[in-house]
Amino acid sequence: MSVQIWTYLFVILSFSLYVGIAIWSRASSTKEFYVAGGGVPPLANGMATAADWMSAASFISMAGLISFLGRDGTFYLMGWTGGYVLLALLLAPYLRKFGKFTVPDFIGDRYYSQSARLLAVFCAIVISFVYVCGQMQGAGIVFSRFLEVDIETGVIIGMAIVFFYAVLGGMKGITYTQVAQYCVLIFAFTVPAIFISLMMTGQAIPQIGFGAELTEAFGGGYLLDRLDGMSSELGFPIYTEGHRSTQDVFFITAALMFGTAGLPHVIIRFFTVPNVRDARRSAGYALVFIAILYTTAPAVAAFAKTNLINTVNNAEYTLMPEWFKKWETTQLIAFDDKNGDGKIQYVGDPAVNELEVNRDIMVLANPEIAGLPNWVIALVVAGALAAALSTAAGLLLVISTSVAHDMMKRSFMPTITDRQELLYARLAIFVAVLVAGYFGMYPPAYVAQVVAFAFGLAAASFFPAIVLGIFWKNMNKEGAIAGMVMGFGFTAAYIIYFRFVNPSVDNADHWLFGVSPEGIGTLGTVVNAAVAIVVARLTQAPPRDVIEIVERIRLPGE
Amino acid sequence: MSRKSANSYWKANLKILSILLCIWFIASFGAGILFVDTLDSIRFAGFKLGFWMAQQGSILVFVALILVYIRLMDKLDAQYSDDSAQENEETDR
Repeated sequence: MSVQIWTYLFVILSFSLYVGIAIWSRASSTKEFYVAGGGVPPLANGMATAADWMSAASFISMAGLISFLGRDGTFYLMGWTGGYVLLALLLAPYLRKFGKFTVPDFIGDRYYSQSARLLAVFCAIVISFVYVCGQMQGAGIVFSRFLEVDIETGVIIGMAIVFFYAVLGGMKGITYTQVAQYCVLIFAFTVPAIFISLMMTGQAIPQIGFGAELTEAFGGGYLLDRLDGMSSELGFPIYTEGHRSTQDVFFITAALMFGTAGLPHVIIRFFTVPNVRDARRSAGYALVFIAILYTTAPAVAAFAKTNLINTVNNAEYTLMPEWFKKWETTQLIAFDDKNGDGKIQYVGDPAVNELEVNRDIMVLANPEIAGLPNWVIALVVAGALAAALSTAAGLLLVISTSVAHDMMKRSFMPTITDRQELLYARLAIFVAVLVAGYFGMYPPAYVAQVVAFAFGLAAASFFPAIVLGIFWKNMNKEGAIAGMVMGFGFTAAYIIYFRFVNPSVDNADHWLFGVSPEGIGTLGTVVNAAVAIVVARLTQAPPRDVIEIVERIRLPGE
Repeated sequence: MSRKSANSYWKANLKILSILLCIWFIASFGAGILFVDTLDSIRFAGFKLGFWMAQQGSILVFVALILVYIRLMDKLDAQYSDDSAQENEETDR
């Protein structure tokens, strides 16, 4: 069977599974819609959290980015996993004990202020929208490359599926669909990795193959030594050495960690379990499930880079396999025969180099480059779609709860009934899907750059406000609002200046303390916390009943 | 639960947090970023230690930290629920 038939088969099968689960788990109350009735077992919640968290970026882009960044790519690996330690230790159990539905709920009640609540709603919606557009775009690319439909058609199919199960089931439908999506995506990521590891090193476990010797067919020697050797021979940066400044790597890692712990679609997952004990457990399960992919990814990155160089360098252009031609038509691979010898020179020197490879295609092209069976290639496609759709659904739910619950019910229309609130929540998802779909079809050129925004923002706005709210009783509304506004403003201004206003000076010479816009969220977090503490000291302490809330969430038990 | 035992529960909780977060910092920012080049002089299998910590080891440490945290907190919770049960008995008498 051809790749395309296999792909159709896997995509149709997995999509029918998601729709089936959605019908089985319809939501009938706002509590079911927002937090799945608070009755999700921790193991299932851990899987759902992992699928929610691992987006098109983790599945499609990350390994590719690492294979080009080498050791510097570490900030994605540590940043996107280390944040879970902060989440599990500093936020999840306390927020579960607090026992409401959303992040703005916590901010609004803890800081006894409607302005703080609305500020949090604003941040949650901006962060989630930025993120969801990227997911839709990712789904569109996958559809257009493998099902050979237009990107528009691809996005519409993706939108229709997400819309169906998010509107019908709310959090309940999304959670159980995400459990299935986790299984699909982790299977799809690890199976090709195992195949390639076996082929190149004879080791079945990619994490071990990563540090093993290559087989005779691949020239022997340790994989990483060989990759370093090829890199220096061809003039690429040495793979296992660092090339960015230490402080920049440090700040980017910290920004991604704080951002992870502050992202609203991840935090709300811990409201869905029955009690505090289960909140801790499900954070643990989530990180285990995430770590399976995140320890496989750097191995995939090294295998893919070695394989790519072996296949293309100094090879006759006319003898390139079919995958090469197919990616060329999407313009994600570009060959320019500068010296006219008909061979591909793939080297570090831009004047001689004749091949441009888009980083995003490494994971998708990897099984094809390695010549794996057609069904494995099709499986990767289904996995990439599962990753994109599961994250999109989680984000849409945050947008919907922010609008229906935090804005309508808690701020502007407190008298609406449960039924009306549910209707607004579903309407909000409908509008959000349409807007996200529009941006998926006509992506603004800067989608890739604004991802730094989402993390920087989450780090600089929510993370300090929530942590201080739990760990410092005297934190008051004046401090929290001032901190969030300053942290947010500082981070946004820095990123907007370097990425949009004056991109020509976006380099280490002009950055503040040598910190790139990706890492500035760390400084934003520090600014937020410092401003909040100073302002809180100078203004009135919070009222007695608020201090009692903080004392209550610190107690053991339910 | 009495105010006194609530306070000592919170203190014990903070102690667990600070120890685990120190390990978190050393394993990730320490071994994976600040001292990565020094650790790279040690090799095992095909890995340099610093590189391995950055791309594999730190993630395994994170998982271990959360699992240890779950255990320690379960124990702490159990200890204090026994204490408060005793207190209740005493006040009943």
